[in-house]
Amino acid sequence: MLDPTSLAAVRLSVELALATTLLLLIGGTPLAWWLARGRSRWRVPVRALVALPLVLPPSVLGFYLLVALGPNGPLGQLTQALGWGLLSFTFWGLLLGSIIYSLPFVVQPLVNAFEAIGDRPLEAAATLRASPLDTFWHVALPLARPGYLTGAVMGFAHTLGEFGVVLMIGGNIPGATRVISVQIYDHVEALEYAQAHWLAGGMLVFSFGVLLALHLLQARKGRP
Amino acid sequence: MALRARVDHGAGFRLDVDLRLPGRGVTAVFGPSGCGKTTLLRAVAGLTRPAPGRVVVAGDVWQDDAAGVWRPTHQRALGMVFQEASLFDHLSARGNLDFGLRRVPAAQRRVPLAQAIELLGIGHLLNRRPAQLSGGERQRVAIARALATSPRLLLLDEPLAALDAARKAEVLPWFERLARELRIPVLYVTHSLDEVARLADHLLLLHGGQAVAQGPVAGLLARLDVAQAHGDAAGALIDGVVDHFDAAYHLLHVRFAGGTIQCVPAPGAPARRPGQRVRLRVQARDVSLTLSAARDTSILNMLPATVDALADDGPAQVLVALHAGDTPLLARVTRKSADALRLAPGQRVFAQIKGVAVLD
Repeated sequence: MLDPTSLAAVRLSVELALATTLLLLIGGTPLAWWLARGRSRWRVPVRALVALPLVLPPSVLGFYLLVALGPNGPLGQLTQALGWGLLSFTFWGLLLGSIIYSLPFVVQPLVNAFEAIGDRPLEAAATLRASPLDTFWHVALPLARPGYLTGAVMGFAHTLGEFGVVLMIGGNIPGATRVISVQIYDHVEALEYAQAHWLAGGMLVFSFGVLLALHLLQARKGRP
Repeated sequence: MALRARVDHGAGFRLDVDLRLPGRGVTAVFGPSGCGKTTLLRAVAGLTRPAPGRVVVAGDVWQDDAAGVWRPTHQRALGMVFQEASLFDHLSARGNLDFGLRRVPAAQRRVPLAQAIELLGIGHLLNRRPAQLSGGERQRVAIARALATSPRLLLLDEPLAALDAARKAEVLPWFERLARELRIPVLYVTHSLDEVARLADHLLLLHGGQAVAQGPVAGLLARLDVAQAHGDAAGALIDGVVDHFDAAYHLLHVRFAGGTIQCVPAPGAPARRPGQRVRLRVQARDVSLTLSAARDTSILNMLPATVDALADDGPAQVLVALHAGDTPLLARVTRKSADALRLAPGQRVFAQIKGVAVLD
């Protein structure tokens, strides 16, 4: 079925997608809360910035990341000064790229969920003696659960299918940066269509499966 | 309680009040839409920050800009019920009740949750989700939830406005019980004169962000300037005591400071015991005036009264303020009749009352 290099690519992709999703859910929560409920005039430009990866070609994103992470780029100089070396062509570089690339897929559902809550439940909680932090944990987060589910599924599935950014900043190092989409590309280049079919078909079935599950869950939630 | 608040909204609206309100009973905050009722309530709750402002409730300073005091909403011992149901959808009815209860130290709990549940008749609903409750049931749970925190002040922001007439009729009796049985002062925002008449002890009239008048509800409603603003709904309230029920004619005899009134109980109303307090509403259009006591008339209630003042009510009618004993009454008569009878302040008349509504 799958040869060892393909299996390694699947494992790497899953690890990358899990790490990316987890970090985005944690870091995206305060960002989404601020975007949904803050009053700063910077919200609008930041919203546009967060949505940018939706429309930008991944190669553009990857190109700038490559430059920034390189030996003369600001991020590259920072990581070198911290003694981490250069992140381009490493798993950590990929992780950073994936976080930026999948940012809108996680943050946007969270923003929508926080906006849908509205002021009233939060005000009601305040009149029931709940402090703002207490309200966030016990009212806002539980009410935003559908948003977290959507964000997690979309972030995971989207990172799993990443190609352009990886190719630019991660290259094609087996076991370190060679993810599923790059592996498929390699198989096709080498005319190993059977291997490419297994991987491509697997991605198709998986992606359809999670989206179907998500929509079924949402449909059940909507019913009284 | 004392309240001084100025809140500037965009679009030229400003709430600007400086009030002392009674620390007991139900105070209705009444006025047309957009007069600042809800803003006033939010300022008391701390959901809107008045600038400048001073809010003192039962001796507790919640806000005092002069002294630099600001207590955020969650540090104020208040309960609030909003216009539309604001239950937490992710919790059952019981989870909603426990939410506030758990956040109040046991030593400060003065209203037993069981009593609130019993008072509002929601015992059988506790395991349901808010989505499985009717609008009236949801508001009852929301009231119990607010009571569970043992508030020193209950703020009700048009709690019946989102309900249809049938649901209103379902919830209103619970409010009446609440107001009677719990000793928690209530600020009740409404634009329904009917709710004011049924629930309020004290009335605060707001108009354009200003406090127009305040006082005991019976006296205030019968004031001519206030009555004129209510048009056809103008009327007076009579607080009385049941004398007896005349079973032969099915008539309730009610004693009050100005005499006795006989009235027809509403169909299906509970039986009333002698000595029980009742509130009656007499609309101005149901009161006519005579100079001598008519004997051959079908009207049962005829009270000796004294004219206090007259005010034009449109081109053809006159509103007459009177008092019987020390109970204020209102009559609406034609200007022609007023001239024919030469009605003037101080004049003794007989008020013939055609219709009386028993409110509670």
